Amino acid sequence: MTAKVSESGQGARASSPAIVSLNQISKTFSNGTIALREMSLDIRQGEFITLLGPSGCGKSTVLRILTSLTSPTTGRVEWPMEQSGQDEHEMSFVFQEPTLMPWATVFGNVWLPLRLKGISKKLAHDRVMEALEMVGLAGFSESYPRELSGGMKMRVSIARALVTKPKVLLMDEPFAALDEITRFKLNNDILHLWETFGWTVVFVTHSVFESVYLSNRIVVMAARPGRVVNDMTLDAPYPRGDEFRTSAEYGDYCRTVSDALHAAMDANDHL
Amino acid sequence: MTVLTEHAVAVPEHSGQAVPLDPLEVSKARAAKIERQGRWILPVVILLISIVLWDRICVWNEIPHYILPRPILVYEALIADWPILSIALLNTLKITLGAMLIATFGGLALAVLFTQSKWIEISFFPFAVILQVTPIIAIAPLIFIYVDSVEAGLLICAWIVAFFPVLSNTTLGLNSADHNLRNLFQMYGATRWQTLRYLRLPAAMPYFLGGLRIAGGLSLIGAIVAEFVAGSAGSGSGLANQILESSYRLNIPRMFAALILISGTGIVIFLLMNFLSHVFLHKWHESALKREN
Repeated sequence: MTAKVSESGQGARASSPAIVSLNQISKTFSNGTIALREMSLDIRQGEFITLLGPSGCGKSTVLRILTSLTSPTTGRVEWPMEQSGQDEHEMSFVFQEPTLMPWATVFGNVWLPLRLKGISKKLAHDRVMEALEMVGLAGFSESYPRELSGGMKMRVSIARALVTKPKVLLMDEPFAALDEITRFKLNNDILHLWETFGWTVVFVTHSVFESVYLSNRIVVMAARPGRVVNDMTLDAPYPRGDEFRTSAEYGDYCRTVSDALHAAMDANDHL
Repeated sequence: MTVLTEHAVAVPEHSGQAVPLDPLEVSKARAAKIERQGRWILPVVILLISIVLWDRICVWNEIPHYILPRPILVYEALIADWPILSIALLNTLKITLGAMLIATFGGLALAVLFTQSKWIEISFFPFAVILQVTPIIAIAPLIFIYVDSVEAGLLICAWIVAFFPVLSNTTLGLNSADHNLRNLFQMYGATRWQTLRYLRLPAAMPYFLGGLRIAGGLSLIGAIVAEFVAGSAGSGSGLANQILESSYRLNIPRMFAALILISGTGIVIFLLMNFLSHVFLHKWHESALKREN
């Protein structure tokens, strides 16, 4: 077996400093549901980290806490690399649905984050076009979302996330609703962009295959209460392409991660 | 061990001949063309037939013109009485459009206010409902007691009838902005005003225009009903008064002429509203798009 899946801290990027740390995060909803219990996680700079787990394990809650859409009941979120007092973190969010404004053109949709910061259309123009170019939609700036295919809408959504030049990209099952061919293509594109720009990506999915293909670290979570049960580093080198997807190594990784996921789900049955 | 066997697939050579037209698609295109023309021709033809039928019924049954005038008599009255009728039409139009304007902006402003605070909505929405469900004809006499100016009274009556659809539709629209988009705006630190301007108002647009379409017709109805109640004669009187006056004098052709002007006004308002919807929505909203299959 050539594939090496190592426990946390052994990976190539382990030495990178943490860009955000979750310290003993718990989240209890008003109806008594414990979404997360004492979860700790250091997300290191430049990582492509996937949160993998069954539904109800709190993956999305982690993202919501990272974006400050909700706050943890107990515990702390720390951004050690930022100056104190900075209330906006340089991050962007990609939803499961494209979540575009149907009344605005592609340009208008990508412009939105800048527009909300008070940047005029003229000043934003170059940055918006640059973001559209990155996702291969430079020729579609004047189209309306309804004129685009599902994959193209998702690209617009990604361009909108990139236009602010974020350090951290949060993605909540972004490709789950796409067909497999489009998903493979977007997987490759997002990997390529990640390698080029060196962001930190936090990716939520429940597809073992997708998580293995994309990430260099997989955090397996279990449900009720949501918690981390396994933290694995994948050593497979980038760039990854179709050769990786068809390699025996890939199959081994998938098996290992799949076993870990099953163990996480079994753990629940005994509760 | 799993084995996948590949089979040879024969690729047909290009013969260079044009692919024959699909008869199904051809008939579909023809049907679409006929439908486009029929949309205009059919209503016009039916209208003409009914006017001829109306005329024939009058002649065959020897109905006197003070009971049911022949169409030609109505037309003559429309021409002959145009100086009187046009002033009445203008007065009715003034009230109708005035009420529509106040209803539109008032309804919009109230809806925005309602969505800014749930407590304001909870407190005041019932009053809007009460105003709406009480028949205007029952409130109108009171209004004319309290308001000195007849014109102001007419405006208030027409406005009461027209503003509710704008208010309730726009409130619904402002609240129906996509939840994830709202989260996105929150994440990017959008202000209340930005969220309203860039998200809630555009999302409410189709609902608002739907409300406006209803309000247009209702403000005409409100204006006419109020005029009947006010019963004012003189320089400020509108089409409803012409109908009342003509009925006293058994001038039935003029009554019909006034009626036609009211209907015409209603139709013009309806078409105008449809046009407005098209202008604002044709680029993106489902209601304004053609189905592809």
